[in-house]
Amino acid sequence: MSRIEVENVCVDFPLYHGNARSLKKSFMSAAAGRLGQDTQKRIVVQALRDIDFHLSPGDRLGLVGSNGAGKTTLLRTLAGIYEPVRGRVRVRGTLNALLDPQLGMKPDLTGRENILLRGLYYGLTRRQIRALEDDVQNFAELGQFMDLPVRIYSSGMVIRLGFGLATAIHPQVLLMDEWFLAGDANFMAKARGRIETMVRGAEILVLSSHQMETVALWCNKVIWMDQGRIRAAGEPFAVLEQYTGKPVVMTAPEDARPQLIVAPVTAKLPTS
Amino acid sequence: MNVAEPSDIAVKPRPPSPGLGLGAPRPGEEPDLQLVANLGYRARWRHAVWDLSESFRLSELFRALGWLDIKIKYRGSVLGPFWLTISTGVLVATLGVLYGELFHLKLHDFLPFIALSLVLWNFISMLIGDACLAFTQAESTIRSVRMPYFVFVGQNVYRNLIILAHNLVVIVVVFALFRIVPGWKALAALPALALWLVDSYALTILLGAFCARFRDVPQIVASILQIAFYVTPIIWKPSLLPVRQRWILPIDPFYSLFEIVRGPLLGTLPSHIVWASALGYSAALCAIAWLGFVRVRARIAFWI
Repeated sequence: MSRIEVENVCVDFPLYHGNARSLKKSFMSAAAGRLGQDTQKRIVVQALRDIDFHLSPGDRLGLVGSNGAGKTTLLRTLAGIYEPVRGRVRVRGTLNALLDPQLGMKPDLTGRENILLRGLYYGLTRRQIRALEDDVQNFAELGQFMDLPVRIYSSGMVIRLGFGLATAIHPQVLLMDEWFLAGDANFMAKARGRIETMVRGAEILVLSSHQMETVALWCNKVIWMDQGRIRAAGEPFAVLEQYTGKPVVMTAPEDARPQLIVAPVTAKLPTS
Repeated sequence: MNVAEPSDIAVKPRPPSPGLGLGAPRPGEEPDLQLVANLGYRARWRHAVWDLSESFRLSELFRALGWLDIKIKYRGSVLGPFWLTISTGVLVATLGVLYGELFHLKLHDFLPFIALSLVLWNFISMLIGDACLAFTQAESTIRSVRMPYFVFVGQNVYRNLIILAHNLVVIVVVFALFRIVPGWKALAALPALALWLVDSYALTILLGAFCARFRDVPQIVASILQIAFYVTPIIWKPSLLPVRQRWILPIDPFYSLFEIVRGPLLGTLPSHIVWASALGYSAALCAIAWLGFVRVRARIAFWI
């Protein structure tokens, strides 16, 4: 049984380097009033504050909030990339985090070599890696480009490769950033089935998105993040209405909506 | 539970390795990921041990990473890494003949010495230079997946071992030219090389983390290396020093580490003092590197 338990988690970003200025700038606009000092008087950005929630199998959690609200940082914390300065994170179950289109792909390596590295990371055998290659190659339609450096790919090809690779591994706990749902119409038509299979297979989904309709369709719980804190949490339509200030209008026809929620809802969420 | 997808790549992760782990996803009853803030020292120690052992489980990955680094660097080049062999060879020949002439040394003695020294120095200086970038260059990977930091350490050490293997050609050629056959004493270089391997790991983890935090360190390291190159008997033989003053040599860690490898291969066993110095410095290095890593491991992701 997979589980996510997040208890009073705080994450700070120290600003050490001169080159952290770009980070600083990007945070500044969104994080006005969120710069603080830690115990050693270093300047830190308080990226996450007192985040607390539990997820059980069947939960599909949507994260909404403006840029810089801490959605991606929260996903990275759940993925084990950033460790909290306070609180505790426990994740049970195989985990796959789809955080950015490149997902650590190396631009100087060929598509095939990037697939090999990912396969080795997941501890696959050579045979499984060959199967992974075929699968990704079929989906991404790279053809001859498989053996050319990713650097020379068109941006569409990079997205298709990254997407194909990311969706080939099916985890129990799936963390997804919004880029994943942003593509041109052609690509999305093709990608939809692949995402939905993966999402349906996952016991827990955490999705960060700016597309209210997607969140409303896919999720049974929503957390509204604001300045690194949970501003509101609960049923999707209620929270989304609070967040956007107007009711969510569903434009997708009833029969085109994906059936993604598979298990009974057992989430325990703080209510605002 | 994983559902079979259309193409059905049954991605079955390996059986769980003991530990706290989550380098790669795997099933298990214990939490796959448990991050608790303000850990005590013992818990941090366990995380660091997990990091190290997990990196060995992923040894195929770091070897592939190291090998691909070389492939990228020399992609499109005809000779590939053998360019390094050639440049080392030319340097050895030029310096060997020039210095031999200047200091009135017999080429038969001096050329094998300088060949060995320069090849070993190339390894050390490149390893240290790369170590400073070990984590900062892996930034995009570190930010997108949870990966043991020792994977990048293994990648750095493995890559430099491959380059060393290419440079060994120079030593073999020089030894063959002067018909030098290392005797049984050469076996004493094996434990020394093992020590080098351990030190390489320690240096990479220490400098990798330190340079990620303090961006001025790579420059400092580079200038220390340059000074060490001239101070240490690398292109000059230790026998140039008057006997009375040779006691000072083992104070230089580079000298001791060089001597335990170079000595046996050239037919002289290093003294106990030299070994003691090499082991002492190595132990100190490893202790500092490990304790430092235990302390800062969770912070590295924020530094890069």
